[in-house]
Amino acid sequence: MTTFNLNINGQDRQIEVDPSTPMLWVLRDHFQLVGTKYGCGIAQCGACTIHLGDAAVRSCQLPVSAVGDQAVTTIEGLSENGDHPVQKAWLEVDVPQCGYCQAGQIMSASALLKQNPSPSDEEIDSAMNGNICRCGTYTRIKKAIKTASNSEKV
Amino acid sequence: MTQIKTHYNRRSFIKVSAAAGGGMLIGFSWLNSCKPNSPELAAGVAVPNEWFEINGYIKIGDTGMVTIYSPNPEIGQNVRTSMPMIVAEELDVPWENVVVEQAPLNTGWYQNQFAGGSLSIRLSWNALRMAGATGRRMLLEAAAKEWGLTVNDLTADQGVIKEKNGERTISYGEIASKAVGIEVPKEVELKRPKDFTLIGTSVKNVDGKKIVKGEPLFGLDFQRDGMQLAMIQHPPAFGMTVKDFNEEEIKNMPGVKDAFIIDTTIKEPGGFDEKGFLKLIAIVGDSTWELMQAKKAIKANWETIGALENSKSHLQSLEKALVSGEVQESRKDGNPDAAFKKAAKVIERTYSAPFIAHNTLEPMNFFAHVTDDSAELIGPTQTPEALEGSVSKLLNMPIENITVYMTRIGGGFGRRLYVHFGVEAAAISKKIGGPVKLIYTREDDMTQGTYRPTYRSIYKAGLDENNNLIAFTVKGAGLPEGPVFPHRFPAGAVENYSAEKIKADTNVTTGAWRAPSSNFTAGAEQSFLDEVAELAGKDPIDFRLELFDRAIKNPVGEKYEYEAERYAGVLKLVKEKANWGENLPDVHRGVAAYFCHSTYVAEVFDIVMENSKPIIKKVWCAVDCGIVVNNDGAKNIMQGGVIDGIGHSMYSQLTFENGVPQQMNFDSYQLIRNSQAPKEIEVFFVENEIDPTGLGEPGLPPAMAALANALYKATGQRYYHQPFMSEKQVVG
Repeated sequence: MTTFNLNINGQDRQIEVDPSTPMLWVLRDHFQLVGTKYGCGIAQCGACTIHLGDAAVRSCQLPVSAVGDQAVTTIEGLSENGDHPVQKAWLEVDVPQCGYCQAGQIMSASALLKQNPSPSDEEIDSAMNGNICRCGTYTRIKKAIKTASNSEKV
Repeated sequence: MTQIKTHYNRRSFIKVSAAAGGGMLIGFSWLNSCKPNSPELAAGVAVPNEWFEINGYIKIGDTGMVTIYSPNPEIGQNVRTSMPMIVAEELDVPWENVVVEQAPLNTGWYQNQFAGGSLSIRLSWNALRMAGATGRRMLLEAAAKEWGLTVNDLTADQGVIKEKNGERTISYGEIASKAVGIEVPKEVELKRPKDFTLIGTSVKNVDGKKIVKGEPLFGLDFQRDGMQLAMIQHPPAFGMTVKDFNEEEIKNMPGVKDAFIIDTTIKEPGGFDEKGFLKLIAIVGDSTWELMQAKKAIKANWETIGALENSKSHLQSLEKALVSGEVQESRKDGNPDAAFKKAAKVIERTYSAPFIAHNTLEPMNFFAHVTDDSAELIGPTQTPEALEGSVSKLLNMPIENITVYMTRIGGGFGRRLYVHFGVEAAAISKKIGGPVKLIYTREDDMTQGTYRPTYRSIYKAGLDENNNLIAFTVKGAGLPEGPVFPHRFPAGAVENYSAEKIKADTNVTTGAWRAPSSNFTAGAEQSFLDEVAELAGKDPIDFRLELFDRAIKNPVGEKYEYEAERYAGVLKLVKEKANWGENLPDVHRGVAAYFCHSTYVAEVFDIVMENSKPIIKKVWCAVDCGIVVNNDGAKNIMQGGVIDGIGHSMYSQLTFENGVPQQMNFDSYQLIRNSQAPKEIEVFFVENEIDPTGLGEPGLPPAMAALANALYKATGQRYYHQPFMSEKQVVG
């Protein structure tokens, strides 16, 4: 067990945990931030996507020991009131079916738009290919990303 | 207006009201603990000080806020929005005033509380309308009594009751307290479909805001003070069971509280008790990661108690079954053998599909708290009533002592019709004597069984010299159920016809997978008909329409299980919308239509070649499901069905060696991804006033064939064996 000082959603948090523990389980089990989802545990489905700094990463493959002083943002911290342009676009397009993958989709999409505010279809495909939606809302995800891209500053 | 008898009397109403009250108390305790399913507060209405229960579906607050209980499990088909819409329509209340709560399992009040067979809306249409209309009537009677008038002197609209010949008005919120004492009417009037103001519009997902904010909604998110976590380990192969394991070593690992073997065998198991393994190793502890480490350290003695099958032997079983297997069901019209002999052209093709897993993105999980005289179960189940029954058998506890609450569900597809994971959670909770949440890893989930069966079918058709279809036969075998519906299309449309559904044995467990059997049959049959139409030199839509015409005017045999007019109707609609027949340079088109789960769907796929790769540019989808409840929600589930159909026919398969599933996670088991999905899917509904049928399943089956038929146009290659990827094809 090792003590780690983390910055999660703008707050300093401390935790004593096995250094190999992936951030996914630190968030879910220890901090009750359950918006970040478990889907595969091997970085293949994207349900656990969070931001490390500005980059979208799969938290199931990110040991807590690798985080250091980089800021961690989860879906709960993406915006104050669920009003990030990507979240708003998701509601406008009414993307979700079961909804389980959508936090991960939104975290990938918001990281993409921060880096590239006007992505092409191919750039969207490539950035979003790591996020599985088992219900098949892909056409709506693409549309929502376009909607957010055309809206206010992301 | 339609007069309809209410199903319930005063007595059952009181009984159920009391039960629902109890359910609400639990609902509020959820609010305090972790908030799954807490109501999203309505925008325009103040939070009430007092609530009045009108019936098991409706609670009205003194401010006019209305809570509507959604009875069925929400697996992504969006019934938590569409079912309350139906109640709200008949209650005549503004949607902005409505908050939705998940109803607990309550067989006294609600009927058919399950998510399966695309049946939620279809089976509850009348009950939901009646609940709303009954509430409206009681509010009207209360107002009439208050003002010394009769109900005929009043109107109700958008949550406000008005005097017809006067100035007085009163809101639902103001009169609700008085409506509680009104006798439940024996008969109520329902609206005419043309008077609907909410049904048929587009209402956004009631959980949308919570989903995009990542709020706790799902079974995996559920938490309770003092709750422990548990994981299971099942044998690595079908045909094996657990004998023993390094129990003491596992118990001593960090974070592990207990480890033991559970046996979930129950007396007289029902259809939803299907599962891969009855005896499992269970590990209990505080944190998921520590349990995952302990799971890896398990050294078990597995005992072989059955055949260790492999994909090669599965194929042999299917081929053998097609020659000499046990016929489960069949149909024969005319004399196909004689007709083939005199046919000018004969074509025969074989189609196959592998086992596939459901792979809901939220893995199986369930919370259970079993005490000496009660059991509380909370989690993602499509069949809460079956779960209650199975837990009752396992614990030898009366059903009255068991409660089941449904969380939002991270995907169903039939997987959570099966209740074993809830039963396992109950067995673990009983053993440790405390509350526990069982979590499957992805690998546990994918290798546990309950798969879509593997299928193989042979289709044969004969054309006369004028290219009329004079003979059609299908023989289909499956492990363990054949994929043939003997009385579906083209039964009734061909003079000489036979269909045989053939079974063969396996010890790999299978279950209902989105559109059972249809998820293969549609792809095979509609691809085959495309080839037959080509052989006949006819347009594939015209060819089908000719057959429907025959079924309408001069049907063959005593019965067939479809309405030929509605079937033809969706083909005509998709033909019109897609401008079928128009020459579009570089666009390769395929069409298919299928009827299952009481809904008719026709789809046209447009494929373009980019850098020698087929890209699905657009899918046109025409649907006849009767009345459409939530327009955009209905489109969403159809779009999902199309994408699911493409994904599973194109990419997914589960293979076996020595009883061991060879794909265990998404690195080897391929699911469709963003870049492989169509660029656009446009959905059109046939407009009619027929009672609504379901949409969860019917969008998927025709997609498999429309894709194969369009791919043929684009590449010149026909696709017979799923996944098409194994025939060296990749889309996107």
